[in-house]
Amino acid sequence: MSEKLTIGFLPLVDACLPILAQEHGFAEEAGLTLDFVRDVSWATVLDRLLYGHSDAAHMLAPLAIATTLGRNRPPQPLSAPFVLGLNGNAVTLSNDLAARVSAGETLGNPRVLGENLAREVRDLAARGVKLRFGVVHRYSSHSYMLRYWLAACGIRPDRDIEIVTVPPPFVADALASGEVHGACVGEPWNSVCVERGVGTIVLATAQIWLRGVEKVLALREPVLEDRRPATEALIRAMRKAGRHFVQPENWQANAEILARPEYLDGDAGLILRSISDRLVLHKGGGPVHYSDFMFQYREAANFPWVSQAEWLYSQMLRWDGLAYSAEDAQAAARVFRPDVYRTALMGTGDILPGASSKVEGSLRGLTSVTAQQGSMVLAQNSFFDGGVFDPDDIPGYLAQRP
Amino acid sequence: MRIAIVDERAARASVIEEGLRELAGCEIFILAERKGLLARIEEISPDIVLIDLGNPSRDVLEEYFAVSRALARPIAMFVDQADDQAIGASIDAGVSAYVVDGLHAGRIRAVVDLAVKRFNAFARLQADLAEAKGKLAERETVDRAKRILMDSKGITEPEAYGELRRKAMQSSRRIVDIAEAVVTAHELIGK
Repeated sequence: MSEKLTIGFLPLVDACLPILAQEHGFAEEAGLTLDFVRDVSWATVLDRLLYGHSDAAHMLAPLAIATTLGRNRPPQPLSAPFVLGLNGNAVTLSNDLAARVSAGETLGNPRVLGENLAREVRDLAARGVKLRFGVVHRYSSHSYMLRYWLAACGIRPDRDIEIVTVPPPFVADALASGEVHGACVGEPWNSVCVERGVGTIVLATAQIWLRGVEKVLALREPVLEDRRPATEALIRAMRKAGRHFVQPENWQANAEILARPEYLDGDAGLILRSISDRLVLHKGGGPVHYSDFMFQYREAANFPWVSQAEWLYSQMLRWDGLAYSAEDAQAAARVFRPDVYRTALMGTGDILPGASSKVEGSLRGLTSVTAQQGSMVLAQNSFFDGGVFDPDDIPGYLAQRP
Repeated sequence: MRIAIVDERAARASVIEEGLRELAGCEIFILAERKGLLARIEEISPDIVLIDLGNPSRDVLEEYFAVSRALARPIAMFVDQADDQAIGASIDAGVSAYVVDGLHAGRIRAVVDLAVKRFNAFARLQADLAEAKGKLAERETVDRAKRILMDSKGITEPEAYGELRRKAMQSSRRIVDIAEAVVTAHELIGK
């Protein structure tokens, strides 16, 4: 008898793992049947999770933390036992702005691009114009990555430029109408902007924080405890789906599955671009291969490092203008559940890191790390400005940031 | 009390509006356009905002409300956790409510309850409509199958219907399924 889990998601490429786990039979092998509820706003994905319409959800990692801490609504503890992927978003600018600040045919150097943008921001300020950027949600890695990059390049978000929320399906419209001058959004929405000829992709978020944490699978904490065996079975099924996802011979078929009306309801050709790490940056351009665009499966990419949650918490303090609280830091860290990930995969032969927390941004090349199971090499983990995040000293880290 | 209904489906918005008219002392505003939504909200300065769960602008609205905490009339979703049951019912019905901080709980409850009722009523109406449409389509299929049988076998309409019914009973399927098979077969080979 298979157990049913209902999973909420937004139509984005990084909802791929639970979908492919179901479609390729990995869920069934694990004794699960997955039902999906598709929504068009994160607010609704979250409401369905909190009120039991879904058991688990594809969720913005910072939103899971914000919900646990009770930002904007009464606190409800969420748990994230699985990271659905690393990086995979991009910054798209209006063609006009891109032409003034970007280097052209390839994804730009983030430092050079940022400095060009800072110059542009100053020039426009002299004429009384402020640039406006769209992000998908206040509590999203999109917002935090964009802000991190801009701030490190001398542009103070909220003061020098405006950052507003734009739902992914409307980003292309917003760029076309001039409502925003740029946006940080997930795929396939950057590619949709390119195809419509209203924007140029100038930067991948992987260029801001290489191996930065993206969406998570979130459950209400009591649901995780109640449905622990099913959750662990889902983790095993999604790891298998991840292995399938990264094999080039499966890219086309997986893009076609994700493109179906019940999932992303989109164009398989556009979805294939991010799956294969080959983006077309501007209309009519050729594909540009950037191998780290959307990072899956390898290097235990789905492991929920506690230090990732702590970095997100540090950015929440930074951009909400809040003071550090040891209690909140602990609650935020507790959202990520490496313990559940470990018990799910113990004995499967899959790699498990030896530690559950690491100094983020400190790897510049291949590094062997201790593993609890299997052998593990992490290739890179770095912020473009060389910043290093030590989760044991969040106030010290924030004091060093512009 | 000023109530804003954000709904891109004009038919549903008016069903809700009609329901809320029962409440005394309410001014109701319908916002069907995505464009300029926040400016309209600011202009209206509502005490309660109702928005359907399927509206992609919810995140935009929540962002605005988060910022509005600094304003004179902060708005939040579900200010009172004691209303959990009411909130659950509204999520089930597919509507979410945002209210001005400090608004009397009883008044919120009345509006949300009514909105939930109207949302459910609208959903039933939709279901009825879909069913009616389905029935109509079924009748058309049966009519087409009868016509095909009458033409090809030179029989009368009651005889054609009898044939369909007999076949349906023999194979324990619905008449419309048999009719569909006849139409499909005719399209493939019969022309």
